[in-house]
Amino acid sequence: MVSLSKADAAGKRTIAGTHVFDGDAARAGYALNAMCFSFNDAIHRAEFAADPEAYMDRFALTAAQRQTVRDKDVLGMIAAGGNVYYLAKLAGIFGLNVQDLGALQTGMGVDDFKSALLSKSTTERSIAA
Amino acid sequence: MSEVIGGIFTSHVPGIGKAIANGQKQDPYWKPFFDGFAPVHAFLERERPDVAVVFYNDHGLNFFLDKMPTFAIGAAPEYRHEDEGWGITGFKPFAGHPELSWHIIGQVVHDEFDPVTCQSMLVDHAVAVPFELCWPDAAAWPVKLVPICINTVQHPLPSPKRCFALGRSVGRALESWTGGEKIVVLGTGGLSHQLDGERAGWINVDYDKFCLRNIVPDPEALLQHDVLDIVELAGTQGVEILNWLAARGALRGSVKELAHNYHVPISNTAAATLLARNDAVAHA
Repeated sequence: MVSLSKADAAGKRTIAGTHVFDGDAARAGYALNAMCFSFNDAIHRAEFAADPEAYMDRFALTAAQRQTVRDKDVLGMIAAGGNVYYLAKLAGIFGLNVQDLGALQTGMGVDDFKSALLSKSTTERSIAA
Repeated sequence: MSEVIGGIFTSHVPGIGKAIANGQKQDPYWKPFFDGFAPVHAFLERERPDVAVVFYNDHGLNFFLDKMPTFAIGAAPEYRHEDEGWGITGFKPFAGHPELSWHIIGQVVHDEFDPVTCQSMLVDHAVAVPFELCWPDAAAWPVKLVPICINTVQHPLPSPKRCFALGRSVGRALESWTGGEKIVVLGTGGLSHQLDGERAGWINVDYDKFCLRNIVPDPEALLQHDVLDIVELAGTQGVEILNWLAARGALRGSVKELAHNYHVPISNTAAATLLARNDAVAHA
């Protein structure tokens, strides 16, 4: 059975190390996520790369969101309402993949993060006769 | 009458597409995952389905937070994949099947679901990667596509019970479709993985094996957990099991597992592939 989880002051269920992207986060993070969504287009990625501050102006990021982008502070971006599916597009501009993001968020080096995943290595295969 | 031949359930992470593009299928890191597709290829070669109904989640290609449907059903004559932000393009276009799409829409609305209907829709790696895995050498996709998108991005997500029921409703539509095609159902994503937060890298082998053990013979066993239970058990992106549940729901006959393959890790993900056959139930 699932352990009974804790709740925060607002009565929301909390899961350790986990940020559920709910309506509150979606509202708070709208500008940041909208900017990241625009990066589906290579032209927009180039515009951001050329002048990040101007590009963040265009999407009216909050001051806190701007600072997390400048600092490549992934946990900060999530705290500011960023959703990882959109943030992954920004990460691509920075040359970071999901394993780099994992390392940044857990405070591990990338090699250690990959090693931690490999430490769970297992393969199970079944084919019906 | 049409025939629902079975289900293919598979992980869909973008890294798989990159490994294919880089010719790394037989690299030691990737081989245990790709080798799991041999029974799927044999099945598809034998059965040669005409249509694939695919339950998946969009990751910010077609849908953004300005308009985020809980369930969206594609009804387009053609679907395309486009750049998702990393410059990866070149996936083949997908022929749609608008007549079957509207038949499904009619059935699910009759069954009191309220889907968004999309006559123009991009599909992301959650459709394109499974197609590449299923038909690796195809010059053009040998099946028409009906994509059914489930919100796994912005909570509240639809419940596991609701997703399974949606699948059941789609299955009813497929059974009453008189088009005569062979139909295969896909559920993509999972299994356990978490990309975000201090718990990034979370993998839960026990929960994954619970899902693999039960999805065919006893899918209701997976309905005991609500969405946040699944987030806790399987990680923030492990909720993609909702796509598997919907796909399993669409198989309403006598369902038998033919093969499964589970391999940890690929990228940050516990990867799994499961093949199930669906035989029509005989009625007296």
